[in-house]
Amino acid sequence: MAFAGRRDAPEPPDFGILKRLARDQLVYLLEQLPGKKDLFIEADLMSPLDRIANVSILKHDVDKLYKVETRPAPGASDQFCFLVRPRVRTMRFIADIVNADKMSGRSRKYKIIFSPQKFYACEMVLEEEGVFGDVTCDEWSFYLLPLDEDIISMELPEFFRDYFLEGDHRWINPVARALQLLNSLYGPFGKAYGIGRCAKMSHELWRDLEEESEGEGQGRKPEIGHVFLMDRDVDYVTALCSQVVYEGLVDDTFRIKCGSVDFGPDVTSSDRSIKVLLNAQDKVFSQIRNEHFSSVFGFLSQKSRNLQAQYDRRRGMDIKQMKDFVSQELKGLKQEHRLLSLHIGACESIMKKKTKQDFQETIKAEHSLLEGFDIRESTSFIEEHIDRQVSPIESLRLMCLLSITENGLIPKDYRSLKTQYLQSYGPEHLLTFHNLKRIGLLTEQAAGETLTAVESKVSKLVTDRAAGKITDAFNSLARKSNFRAISKKLGLIPRVEGEYDLKMPRDMAYVFGGAYVPLSCKIIEQVLERRGWQGLEEVVRLLNGNEFSVSDSTVEDNPAWESQRVILTVFLGGCTFSEIAALRFLGKERGCKFIFLTTAITNSARMMEAMIEARA
Amino acid sequence: MNRARADEEEYWHSSKFRAFTFDDEDDELSQLKESKRAVNSLRDIVDDDDDDLERVSWSGEPVGSISWSIKETASGSTSSLEGRDSSLQKGSSSYAALPKQVSSYSLSSLFKGRNKLPSFQSLSDALTDTGVKNYAPELRRPKAEYKDYSSDWSPKDTVRRMQRGKVCSLERFRSLQDKLVLLDEAVAGHDGNVITAVLIFLKRTLRREILFRELEVRQVALCHLIHFLRETGEQKLLLDLLRFLDRTEEVALSQYREHLNIQDVEKRREFLKGCIGLPFSAEDTSHIQDHYTLLERQIIIEANDRHLEMAGQSELFRKYPRKASILNMPLVTTLFYSCFYHYTEAEGTFSSPTNLKKTFKIPDKQYVLTALAARAKLRAWDDVDALLTTKNWLGYTKKKAPIGFHRVVEMLQRNNAPVQVLQEYVRLVEDVETRLNLATKYKCHDVVIETYRDLKDRIQLTAYKSKVERGSAEEEKINSILNNMQIRWKN
Repeated sequence: MAFAGRRDAPEPPDFGILKRLARDQLVYLLEQLPGKKDLFIEADLMSPLDRIANVSILKHDVDKLYKVETRPAPGASDQFCFLVRPRVRTMRFIADIVNADKMSGRSRKYKIIFSPQKFYACEMVLEEEGVFGDVTCDEWSFYLLPLDEDIISMELPEFFRDYFLEGDHRWINPVARALQLLNSLYGPFGKAYGIGRCAKMSHELWRDLEEESEGEGQGRKPEIGHVFLMDRDVDYVTALCSQVVYEGLVDDTFRIKCGSVDFGPDVTSSDRSIKVLLNAQDKVFSQIRNEHFSSVFGFLSQKSRNLQAQYDRRRGMDIKQMKDFVSQELKGLKQEHRLLSLHIGACESIMKKKTKQDFQETIKAEHSLLEGFDIRESTSFIEEHIDRQVSPIESLRLMCLLSITENGLIPKDYRSLKTQYLQSYGPEHLLTFHNLKRIGLLTEQAAGETLTAVESKVSKLVTDRAAGKITDAFNSLARKSNFRAISKKLGLIPRVEGEYDLKMPRDMAYVFGGAYVPLSCKIIEQVLERRGWQGLEEVVRLLNGNEFSVSDSTVEDNPAWESQRVILTVFLGGCTFSEIAALRFLGKERGCKFIFLTTAITNSARMMEAMIEARA
Repeated sequence: MNRARADEEEYWHSSKFRAFTFDDEDDELSQLKESKRAVNSLRDIVDDDDDDLERVSWSGEPVGSISWSIKETASGSTSSLEGRDSSLQKGSSSYAALPKQVSSYSLSSLFKGRNKLPSFQSLSDALTDTGVKNYAPELRRPKAEYKDYSSDWSPKDTVRRMQRGKVCSLERFRSLQDKLVLLDEAVAGHDGNVITAVLIFLKRTLRREILFRELEVRQVALCHLIHFLRETGEQKLLLDLLRFLDRTEEVALSQYREHLNIQDVEKRREFLKGCIGLPFSAEDTSHIQDHYTLLERQIIIEANDRHLEMAGQSELFRKYPRKASILNMPLVTTLFYSCFYHYTEAEGTFSSPTNLKKTFKIPDKQYVLTALAARAKLRAWDDVDALLTTKNWLGYTKKKAPIGFHRVVEMLQRNNAPVQVLQEYVRLVEDVETRLNLATKYKCHDVVIETYRDLKDRIQLTAYKSKVERGSAEEEKINSILNNMQIRWKN
């Protein structure tokens, strides 16, 4: 079983084939429109495309490349190909081009390639716009983009809003198909666990698809033994926290896009930006990505000294040694030097930015929210944040964290924070507040639920321990903060004597400075340890149920197989780098390997931005 | 060509008229898929005849489509009359009207792939690789799946087929009962794309009141319709639906949302005025009212100030030209602007800060904070001082800040306040450690010296001597303190 004994974690399977598959299918689809053509690419598809193909593949008979939403130049080709996400807006854009051509008597061939699939609603729009039949449609089943040796992204950031806010199930089928593909390549998965409504539906649809293609892969030796599906709304708290592991901080500060980041002039200390691929291949990055930020400096300076020493060896070399040095080592050293200076630059820039944003104080406020102390103080902190117009996204994030940990804001606070927010950042955010309420990220406690206020007052008066007891007492009185209760049940707030040693982490809490074990990861740990949900009934109830645990009886269950220690964790609605770091840590501790499949890499800012209404 | 196009349009028109169906006659993709499937199932029969077929293009040889569908039949699937009918019709009509589009999917190109011609290397890779089996399940389906032309799909099968991207006519679901069973099956199938497809069909074939009524008890489907209407921008129907559901607040918000798409400020203002009467909650109504009033103000201020700026009479505008227009900015930004350019104006004018404060009931704290930032930016230190000074009832003055003085210091420092100004506020920072830090950082020597004196920390004070200039007043001050016999040093 997954956690039996302490062994080295298995190597992850090779996901390179996913890229090749996607690339080959794309080339095939482009060849379906022979001859010279102009290619229009959806903006969101560009970075994923970059990761699987280079321009030379796209140049395959492609004359000009356009971004969707830009009008074609007058002298354009006779054939247009559109590589798009299935969106109504994009359909209208295409229809406008076709109709404009028709008006001017220009004849052209049009082809739309939908990725990852076509939606009926898109066809309906094409029909309504009178261009159905003028265009041909195809699907590029590009469901899975391997971002790293253990991360696969579906690159569907809109999943979060579409499912959790709008209640639209359109992306469940792609998820099920992604699972089917992974199961056929690296499975069969012997056991599936999950929690959340979407997880349950995706699992059902996937099993449904599997039934049709049954027989395939039977008796094959799997590379991945288990799969764990989880809805983002099972744990919003973790996703809302400031990230302090290096990779998470880089994402929060510079935005990692499709596994690469643009380091601006402030990092590169030159006048240009550099695009850097961040993955296990980067020898410097791979050693610091999962570390708490405070340990990163020490590592980098040690590394620089070593590098210096290696360079210094040149002195006193004779010609022959020098020749060897230049031909064998210099390139590697130079590469390492380049990476080191980039990451040092990034650290400096992060420090500068974070100091300016009172990061220390923010983290302190966050920790009190997580622990449930000094709620009033944190509320005033958020208020001041808003009044000073620090950042609309940050202010929202903190309000949401307050709301989720407290099971809603007291009406008085809700009203006053909302009013101040609208005054500071614009009245149209009324719509944002409505969205946040609907999705449950920022809510107002109903009257009679205001125990927290009393409680936090009480907690100021008594010691921590006593406050904990009082909290429990209140729990039995009223249905309130599930987070607090869950946190208690699962021990998410480590009680540590003395300082938490971030360099030698003892548990997953290190990803949040030792203050909090990410809920999502804790659930995964517990379920794998218990091989199911037994004993977690109370937690499940607090998480609103929808848990499952299904064994595939047709799959041979050989405990000796390494695959038994390889777990595919599926995050529906996005997963953060902090969660990835925490599970990597757990994997190392328990001798198993976690593979991450996520609808997209997310963080608090992306989640908040998804809630803001924009111009149509 | 024109003629052909007209024909074509008429054709589509009529086809649309005839019925709603995802089959939509031409759907090349479905043809491609069918042909792929055909190709696969025909593998044994066709085998080496590829060369022959290569010359037979879809459009050049309409018979091809028929023969193909016959072969499809021959390959063992049950083909109903209706199905064959439609494919026949498809063949002939699309031949007449759509030679161009259809030709892009030539059978030949499909078979070329099988032939491993170099130009289709990747295709052949994709098809001959063992990968076909495992990696691309949709390219090869078990035979049982191929009964494509049966018309009597159960609602469940219809949904399943649609989930797998296959063409499927929804026409036969005519009774309300059938439609609802279909919808419920779609919901049970967990595929939002199919749910929406069924809803599109229901929307076209049911009177809206009936559709609404049925959706009221089907929450998942309802969410899909609402999302669909939002995406396609069918605002009127959306509002009708929300009204039907008695979701008055959402009605109001959906209407209010439209202001985002109005660029022209005058029109936007008019629109917002209309929003005030919408059924918002009491609290939100006042926010909407404020939004309207704010924009109204901004329009007046903008017109005035643009004029002022153009005339070049005002020194303030000449010295600090406006970076952007104030239109559509948040209230706090507007207040900042007014504190910057219109600080001294009487309360009677729309652009005066006090007027804004009163109109929008801006809390003192927010007001002082914003005014401070604006006046500090202008380096109007007297104004800063006045903002931070309060008089008590006995007439004594006292320094008071709505935020910690360390923040005040930060703000002033960012605007390059001179040490004399800075140190007055550094002195007021309550926390000793923070005070010392700030004082040392910004070279407020007096504050550092006095703090060490108050702390009775002789060692630190002595050490600080090295930080001040030799022979300066500060050095003298340190010396005199160190020599003061009355202080009882702690070290």
